[in-house]
Amino acid sequence: METKHFDSIIIGAGPAGLTAGIYLSRAKAKTLIVDSGVAGGQMNLTHEIANYPGFESISGYELSNNMRNQAKKFGCNIMSGISISTIDFESETKSIGLSNGKTFTADTIILATGGRSRTLGVPGEASFKGRGISYCATCDGDFFQDKEIAVVGGGNTALEEAVSLTKYASKVTLIHQFDHFQAFKEAEEEVLKHEKIDIKLSSRILSFNGSDKINSITIENINSKEQYEQKLDGVFVFIGYEANTDFLQGKCIELNERNEIITNERLQTNINGVFAAGDALAKRFRQITTAVSDGTIAALNAMEYINQKKTKSSSAVNI
Amino acid sequence: MVLPTPLKHVETADELTKIINENENVMVCCGRMGPMCIPVYGVMEELQEEYAHVDFRDMAFDSPEAHAIRNLPECSSFMGLPFTVYFKNGKVAAATSSIQNRDQITTILDKEFGKN
Repeated sequence: METKHFDSIIIGAGPAGLTAGIYLSRAKAKTLIVDSGVAGGQMNLTHEIANYPGFESISGYELSNNMRNQAKKFGCNIMSGISISTIDFESETKSIGLSNGKTFTADTIILATGGRSRTLGVPGEASFKGRGISYCATCDGDFFQDKEIAVVGGGNTALEEAVSLTKYASKVTLIHQFDHFQAFKEAEEEVLKHEKIDIKLSSRILSFNGSDKINSITIENINSKEQYEQKLDGVFVFIGYEANTDFLQGKCIELNERNEIITNERLQTNINGVFAAGDALAKRFRQITTAVSDGTIAALNAMEYINQKKTKSSSAVNI
Repeated sequence: MVLPTPLKHVETADELTKIINENENVMVCCGRMGPMCIPVYGVMEELQEEYAHVDFRDMAFDSPEAHAIRNLPECSSFMGLPFTVYFKNGKVAAATSSIQNRDQITTILDKEFGKN
């Protein structure tokens, strides 16, 4: 079994993790970034980014590649497509075990695991993905020309995408579990006045039905418990994001009730030497720019921790 | 029309026929440069070394030549990009619609083509 020691191991290669990697590697800290997916994280899921300072317009793919290449240029090691099987963060020397059997140790850990689209967890959802169920209106909207579809969710994204999908669909049913939306007033007004959009509040999908693709859904009115079937061709799900912290649940890192990582103002978790950055944090705003900011702060504090640790150990040797 | 990825591309239907007839194991991801497609290209790029016995290719979904993928019977129920098709000895061994993660892709590669 291979074991290698780093000054810092960053878990997650999205904008927070890559920024932390850039800062640490440039400061000559021996750094490893590990990601279960591909470098860039959710940045890759954005067609066009128009609010990242310095770029009038850039694709998420290109910005991801730029950040990855910049980190590598400074000597940062990046391992993608590898999941973590074991962790030990409580010891003075932290360690992670990977799915490929390798174990790495480090003085500091930065948790930059990001988030993912929330799924409904309803029967049929996994098997009908790409066969009627979609999580991306711009990707798959044109498959539903003149067809009847549903959009699930009540936030800004759901309402904006419901309107945008009316370009293709003959009818859009907007399904939301609460009796009111959680979106900006303008988005709500646009949905309410749209003739192609039918709204079902206090409702939820119980199942997706069909054979090789969706042909109906079963809906329940949450208040009356009435259940009924609605024929349609597609469902777009926009019900927010959740933190990628499954591997931390029940372990030493303190999480909030939404399983987001709790940190102090230095972005250090409840464990010494373990920092966190990006969308997995318990915080209000989640943007690429805020992830980059978090990555910077976490890296600088990790660097300070590493330097203090080295100073302490050299003092001990001198004595 | 080709996609700006580091993968090898398929540009025409004839080229696809040639590739699947000349290579035992071929994986073709037919999509756009969109949020559901890019992660699949990324996984393919990373698997090329580990699965050297597989020819990894992409194809632009909006190219008229992509009818060779779009019109496959195995893709007839697909309504999500990308369309990813695995060919074994010139025949479709598996096909998926929409985004797939590394584990989902390697499960199919291992089942249909075996480990290197």
